[in-house]
Amino acid sequence: MLKVRVIPTMLFKNLGLVKGVGFDSWRRTGSAMQAMKVYNLREVDEIVFVDIAATTEGLAPDLATVDELADECFVPLAAGGGVRTIEDARRLLQAGADKVVVGTAAVECPGLIAQIAERFGTQCAVVAIDVKKLPGGGYEVYTRSGKQPTGLSPLALARQVERAGAGEVILTSIDRDGTMQGYDLALISQIAKAVSIPVIASGGAGNYEHMAEAVLVGGASAVAAASIFHFTEQTPLEAKKYLKGKGIAVRL
Amino acid sequence: MTIAPKVVVIDYGAGNLGSVKRAFEECGAAAVITGHPEELRQATHLVLPGVGAFNAGMSNLRRSGLDAAIKELVLQKRVQFLGICLGMQLLAAKGWEGGETDGLDLIGGEVKLLEAGTGERLPHMGWNEVEYEKSAPLFFNIPSGTDFYFVHSYHFVCRNKSESIATTPYGGGFTSAVQKENICGTQFHPEKSQKPGLQLIKNFLKS
Repeated sequence: MLKVRVIPTMLFKNLGLVKGVGFDSWRRTGSAMQAMKVYNLREVDEIVFVDIAATTEGLAPDLATVDELADECFVPLAAGGGVRTIEDARRLLQAGADKVVVGTAAVECPGLIAQIAERFGTQCAVVAIDVKKLPGGGYEVYTRSGKQPTGLSPLALARQVERAGAGEVILTSIDRDGTMQGYDLALISQIAKAVSIPVIASGGAGNYEHMAEAVLVGGASAVAAASIFHFTEQTPLEAKKYLKGKGIAVRL
Repeated sequence: MTIAPKVVVIDYGAGNLGSVKRAFEECGAAAVITGHPEELRQATHLVLPGVGAFNAGMSNLRRSGLDAAIKELVLQKRVQFLGICLGMQLLAAKGWEGGETDGLDLIGGEVKLLEAGTGERLPHMGWNEVEYEKSAPLFFNIPSGTDFYFVHSYHFVCRNKSESIATTPYGGGFTSAVQKENICGTQFHPEKSQKPGLQLIKNFLKS
């Protein structure tokens, strides 16, 4: 049976790892290389690495860093941040990424997802969809690291990128990000029902039960988390043991 | 005295080449990445990595003359060959990703879209069991049912069932490893499957 993945998210900014709350108030959490070595040693299922400064500062992805990290990484690595062209994607893959994470450009660069899928396969394009809850109900997609409202609903964008050939969606609730109050289950469930590609729940995990809910209630194929691993004693391995106890298939 | 294996990772413009090279080096091999057909000749072991679409991969192999070089080395010089993910799929006679496309035709069969069962999603993405009834040398020291890492939507349908050496329970079950004499392929990514993955690479290097 296909296993539910527990995925540490590494957010990279100005040469180090950071973690924020609501895509803001970034705190430094240490060296990316150190974290990569630990995650590799602990045999996590997969790692998502995003250079969050790249898009907002108009930079290309930090290839040198991805290259160095990939050298220490024998687990699947999805990398992104600042990917705007097929050439950016190619360079990331060459540097050692296994999948390319596209966020802002999935909205701003029409055709990019289709190009990546055509050239590197449907499985290769991972689309990061960052979402805020609207005051009157409903949801809106934000780009540029949570700064830019788009007027798009996550449902519409998820369906659009699926049609274009995206292999997976990382769905992040900006409102829950860093709060450790639990994933936005209604959001996850809405998108997981709307598309047939895997959906990774992201934003809000504070304990293992939140992860179980994202899978059992939300229908997520994988759970991503950062704060829980950076700021608490909880680990991906213990998370998986907990999920197993809930009857969820995991790799132990 | 045994000669250290010389691994050539074939660069055809689509692939997570860096990861593959690193994994082979970790297993004690000397490894180089190259896209030049003549440089393939130095190899004791050829590796055709994954990540890509069938038609794009095949046209890149043809454009650079790598297809002919691979066939000559594998069929005439009997060089050991491992195709990973797309690299395994390209061994087939034909693929359907991006339209009907002729493959390398080194192992009989076709590459078709997986049919997701109830509650299953596509792409098939993540860790899943690799099962076999009769252990091939490639699976030495790796128990049947071990999880390996997959990222794909298409799968290899072997013409000759005996060349399917392992299966995985998804989409009704599909072939996750193939072998015909000196030619092997894995649908999963050994270079990303941690200890069992590195064990499989070591097994391949011993062949």
